[in-house]
Amino acid sequence: MSKVFVFAEHKNGALRRGAMELLQAAQKSGNTVVGMAVGTGADKAAVEMGHHGAKEVHIIKDSSLDAYNPEIYAAALSLVLDRVQPQILLASATSTAKDLFPKIAARLKTGIVSDCTELNISGDNVTVKKPLYSEKTFATASFENSPLKIVLMRANQLPVVAADISKAAALIEHALTKPDLKTIVKEIVKGTSEKLDLTEATIIVSGGRGLKEAGNFKLLNDLADVLGATVGASRAVVDSGWVSHSMQVGQTGKTVAPTLYIAVGISGAIQHLAGMSGSKVIVAINNDPGAPIFQKATYGIVGDLFDVIPKLTEEFKKVLKH
Amino acid sequence: MKVFVCIKQVPDTETKIKIGPDASSIDLTGIKWVINPYDEYAIEEAVKYREANVGTQVFVLSAGPLKRISESLRTALAMGADEGIAINAPENLDSYSTARALAEVIRAEDGAGLIFTGKLAIDDNASSVSQMLAEFLGLPHATVVSKFTASPEGVTVERDIEGGAKEIIKLTPPAVIGANKGLNTPRYASLPGIMKAKKKVLKEIEFASLNISASEIKVRYSQFHLPTEKPPVKILTGDSQHQVSALVQLLRDEAKVL
Ligand SMILES: Cc1cc2nc3c(=O)[nH]c(=O)nc-3n(C[C@H](O)[C@H](O)[C@H](O)COP(=O)(O)OP(=O)(O)OC[C@H]3O[C@@H](n4cnc5c(N)ncnc54)[C@H](O)[C@@H]3O)c2cc1C
Ligand SMILES: Nc1ncnc2c1ncn2[C@@H]1O[C@H](COP(=O)(O)O)[C@@H](O)[C@H]1O
Repeated sequence: MSKVFVFAEHKNGALRRGAMELLQAAQKSGNTVVGMAVGTGADKAAVEMGHHGAKEVHIIKDSSLDAYNPEIYAAALSLVLDRVQPQILLASATSTAKDLFPKIAARLKTGIVSDCTELNISGDNVTVKKPLYSEKTFATASFENSPLKIVLMRANQLPVVAADISKAAALIEHALTKPDLKTIVKEIVKGTSEKLDLTEATIIVSGGRGLKEAGNFKLLNDLADVLGATVGASRAVVDSGWVSHSMQVGQTGKTVAPTLYIAVGISGAIQHLAGMSGSKVIVAINNDPGAPIFQKATYGIVGDLFDVIPKLTEEFKKVLKH
Repeated sequence: MKVFVCIKQVPDTETKIKIGPDASSIDLTGIKWVINPYDEYAIEEAVKYREANVGTQVFVLSAGPLKRISESLRTALAMGADEGIAINAPENLDSYSTARALAEVIRAEDGAGLIFTGKLAIDDNASSVSQMLAEFLGLPHATVVSKFTASPEGVTVERDIEGGAKEIIKLTPPAVIGANKGLNTPRYASLPGIMKAKKKVLKEIEFASLNISASEIKVRYSQFHLPTEKPPVKILTGDSQHQVSALVQLLRDEAKVL
């Protein structure tokens, strides 16, 4: 049997959804699932990882792993991977994983595919589906000459069922020897949003130039609050300085794949579509029936957003109460 | 000091993508090729650095089919880079062997003081080559960088992470810096710049001469296909109150996303 290694990120010990998706997918493949979590709260996360299918979880509780530093993380991963010798490594394509794992791949002289949307594991063989050319094409990626096959999955692509709290993983704790550092993270400047990041959000409400001015984003914030959604934006409004670049969806912003994407006053330029056409259900609200966004949308409302959005917020409030 | 900028040539986003005959690649005919947008920030930052630090030389480096990448390299020279290096390599080289090739060439040029790249290439969205290159050269890296400052004590960058947060990172150079949008505003190639670029050195190196073995290809793509057609949009009719109730009902009962 092969070993599938899942690197799990957590927030103060609470597993992130992407990690649950991968643990469950790994378990379904019939392979042995080995997990890893680091930093303060890793022990708590490890217990949860057991519930999601990990047989064994390696933890390093060292607080120097609380913030991401590529060199310290690479040392931690090298230590554990050397011990476990898995054939497959899965991680969610977060900003940490996307930065870290190509470095690990180079170090281990092995292959990596980032930002995948489908995962097929059969024994120690893996193929993935990979969007290319700004979502305009898809291809199957397979590995060669790769002792460890590293896959970074886009979040929200795989199902998550309830945890089985009767299952438990064996915990193995390691101590970290810190390498000599050429990289020092001096400070982390907090973002403005406490919400889930766009790349992880299951519901996104995005606004464009149709909102007319920055202050009108309040309409979207209210709607997002009711839905537990994260607010995104088109480049036009980011460039106008209404909202920060971290909220931009599209080719030069973030690639997102929520289950529900609500585009409000966004025309649907090809560069915007490049970042969100992987969404499961797309709702477009726009007063121009010819707006290209309607060609990608599942449901459309042709109307004035200033009339529609407050009503929609009220309607969701009513329905979600039950 | 030598500063290297790695640029990838990619299809322009507006280009329509078609699938090649045996679905083992896209159809390359009629594609308009451009410099990967993030690599333009990398070029600009390198040129700015050179302007502020006399004695710096900016080398721009690209791997891919010689004829087409030469065009992008000339554009980079017109933006102000001093010398170009084209690595004549096959289409669709994977991230690993690309990074190996870039590393070999930079090493043969006696190493770099700084290396600028883009945070990702918009064709394969791999965000891998920068970090691999750094690892192969034994250098630190930072990606998704929206602010860069160099001082005698080292290099400080701002790296954009999730939720709009930023990490302030200090690196001991040489280092690889992966540029994000916001780092600067890339200049256009001016007419005098274009004229000057024609006289600048553009060196050609064969990928095959770099001793990168076949076992260093790690990932292969196959079965290219277009996204599945979505069913046509359902436009909700009636007055706005009807529209929103119908929408919420469909989201709950038909799409089941609430
Ligand atoms: C290299 C490059 C990269 C790019 N990257 C990105 C990217 O990452 N993300 C991105 O989004 N864009 C990107 N763009 C820009 C893109 O081409 C568009 O310019 C941009 O997406 C337009 O934003 P918008 O839809 O908000 O504005 P507009 O195109 O101006 O659309 C506004 C829409 O609002 C509608 N509207 C107006 N008033 C109302 C109302 N009262 N009620 C309802 N609807 C109303 C209008 O009908 C219109 O459709 C990029 C462009 C280039 C060249
Ligand atoms: N073929 C290439 N030639 C030169 N630089 C490249 C090449 N491929 C990738 N890069 C650099 O690596 C960055 C990240 O690319 P990628 O890992 O493909 O997303 C790009 O923005 C370029 O700076």
